[in-house]
Amino acid sequence: MTSFPEAAHEALANAQLRANLANATATIRDKRAKVVDELPDWEELREAGRAIKADVMAHLDEYLVRFEEAVTAAGGQVHWAQDAGEANRIVLEIARSHGVSELVKVKSLTTDEIGLNDALAAGGVHAVETDFAELILQLDGDWSSHILVPAIHRNRTEIRDLFRRTIADGSISDDPAELVEASRIYLREKFLGAQMGVSGANFGVVDTGTVCVVESEGNGRMCTTLPPVLVTILGIEKLVPTFRDLEVFLQLLPRSSTGERMNPYTSLWTGVTAGDGPQELHVVLLDAGRTRVLADEVGRQALHCIRCSACLNVCPVYSRTGGHAYGSVYPGPIGAILTPQLRGIENAASLPYASSLCGACYEVCPVKIDIPRVLLHLRAKAVEAVGEEREGRLMRTVARTFASARRFVLAERTGRVLQRPFVRGSRIVRLPAPLSGWTASRDLKPLAPQSFRDWWKDRGS
Amino acid sequence: MSSREAILDRVRTALGDRPAARAAPRGYRRRGDLDREGRVALFCERVGDYRAEVRRVPAREVRAAIAEALAARGARRVAVPPSLPAVVRPDGLELVDDHGLPPGELDALDGVVTGCTLAIAETGTIVLSGGAVDGRRALTLVPDLHVCVVVESQVVELVAESMELLSGLVQRERRPLTFVSGPSATSDIELSRVEGVHGPRNLVVIVAGA
Repeated sequence: MTSFPEAAHEALANAQLRANLANATATIRDKRAKVVDELPDWEELREAGRAIKADVMAHLDEYLVRFEEAVTAAGGQVHWAQDAGEANRIVLEIARSHGVSELVKVKSLTTDEIGLNDALAAGGVHAVETDFAELILQLDGDWSSHILVPAIHRNRTEIRDLFRRTIADGSISDDPAELVEASRIYLREKFLGAQMGVSGANFGVVDTGTVCVVESEGNGRMCTTLPPVLVTILGIEKLVPTFRDLEVFLQLLPRSSTGERMNPYTSLWTGVTAGDGPQELHVVLLDAGRTRVLADEVGRQALHCIRCSACLNVCPVYSRTGGHAYGSVYPGPIGAILTPQLRGIENAASLPYASSLCGACYEVCPVKIDIPRVLLHLRAKAVEAVGEEREGRLMRTVARTFASARRFVLAERTGRVLQRPFVRGSRIVRLPAPLSGWTASRDLKPLAPQSFRDWWKDRGS
Repeated sequence: MSSREAILDRVRTALGDRPAARAAPRGYRRRGDLDREGRVALFCERVGDYRAEVRRVPAREVRAAIAEALAARGARRVAVPPSLPAVVRPDGLELVDDHGLPPGELDALDGVVTGCTLAIAETGTIVLSGGAVDGRRALTLVPDLHVCVVVESQVVELVAESMELLSGLVQRERRPLTFVSGPSATSDIELSRVEGVHGPRNLVVIVAGA
């Protein structure tokens, strides 16, 4: 993949994108802060959330087996998929067994991660995205740049122009209500006739076999209620041990994510209910790299993530570059620690550096993932995997020089001579390669003509 | 080896260091401290924040309030769960009992009237569980107007208190649950909120007193 600095360079040059992002991330940051401040026990909820997820990871094998039992006992069918290809084949097989050529889909990062839509299309099945933003991206062949607001990089005029070309006529304006109405009309027909629905899930409950989907628009309810067949793809890390544990996450997630006290709709289903909703239920348990993450004692906490996107909105890097620069469906700070672990560090070695290590992500994380610590851990692994870069070798030399008084004094003297051609006034504004990278965006103070130690010595005499 | 065995095997290998996990601390609030009046007032305020219409009425006026809410929106053909009691069945319009109406017919209705299982004050949430007065899930989803009756005694203060009551319904009866907090909405366009996407665009909550 393109490295983060290269991809970010392009994104930063797009003024429209930066304006959209700055506006959106600031708005949502403020909303979150307001509803979080409202709860006197926010820190206790975070600690409970963290501990519940740590317990899930520590006993994941046992919990997966028990979850499978509970889903099966409630009338659902459980499938296991080791990788993206296997998960996609399972869904395609189910669609084919019912003669389905079009299905409706709830927004799901997991299905984006495994490229489900493309795999289905290759097998002759069209998956209709029903979340408003996902529909925009699907109509335009674009991809998500934010976990929660996938089309955060698009403004209303761009959306109007797209709709004029695709699902609406030329008279539609850029009024958000009118744009939403157009999508409602377009999708309603799809919902009413749908023979199969596909969803991800926010949580799977071990003791009851319940699946939980959190959403706002009602498209999730449509997809999980109206079609007679429903397939849910669940990353193996999405389990919680007991039904009561949801009381923690249903408080943490909406407030961290949309900045609402509660999202408009939360659906929980426990197997098949006669006369109500789908009569055939499937759950696909997906690994696709998650067990690799689990094996890393420091990095495994990335699996605690509940996909709220609070870390994106506070991140000084994300709020300027946007999501595409991260080259993954998981952008921002969480993406910087999740993607390299899911794909292998050698395939995303630049991502752990996409951070200033300011720690804002850790402070807002509803399950207290220590993102800065994992970033540092992954930087060390990146150096081991792809070898030391020039910067590393330089720093090693500097460290050796600073460790000896004699070498240090010698270096000062040499430096004073070597810097002469580059000093302009009292500044160094341009150095030759390879140091030009540093001076491209910073001025440097030259070495003083006399060091403090020399001055101290002279003063005595 | 099946994929199931392969994944479980990898999980066990990954956990070779036997990570310690303590029982989760539950220091958060699990019991509210408001009295009934406080809970109901908070619930009404919070539902109102979602731009749903909220009306508090004495029990004997509930039927009239439902009829008024429906008439104000021009609803004439309205569905109800078959076992909705007579005291909340409004007069003066066509009521259709939902015995598994197909989606297309639900779509042609003007609205739906239901009760609920409980309500949460702190978040302004109504919980439906497919019970006798809640209706099945599609019934409260497809029609564009949902009038929901909440009895004051059904209002709990906290999310945790609601889950305590709901866990029995899920464990014993595997009831499907829907949490509704205001009308459907999206903030996907420049984060400006638009109410009314695919779920009902209008939510009217009638809170019935003693």
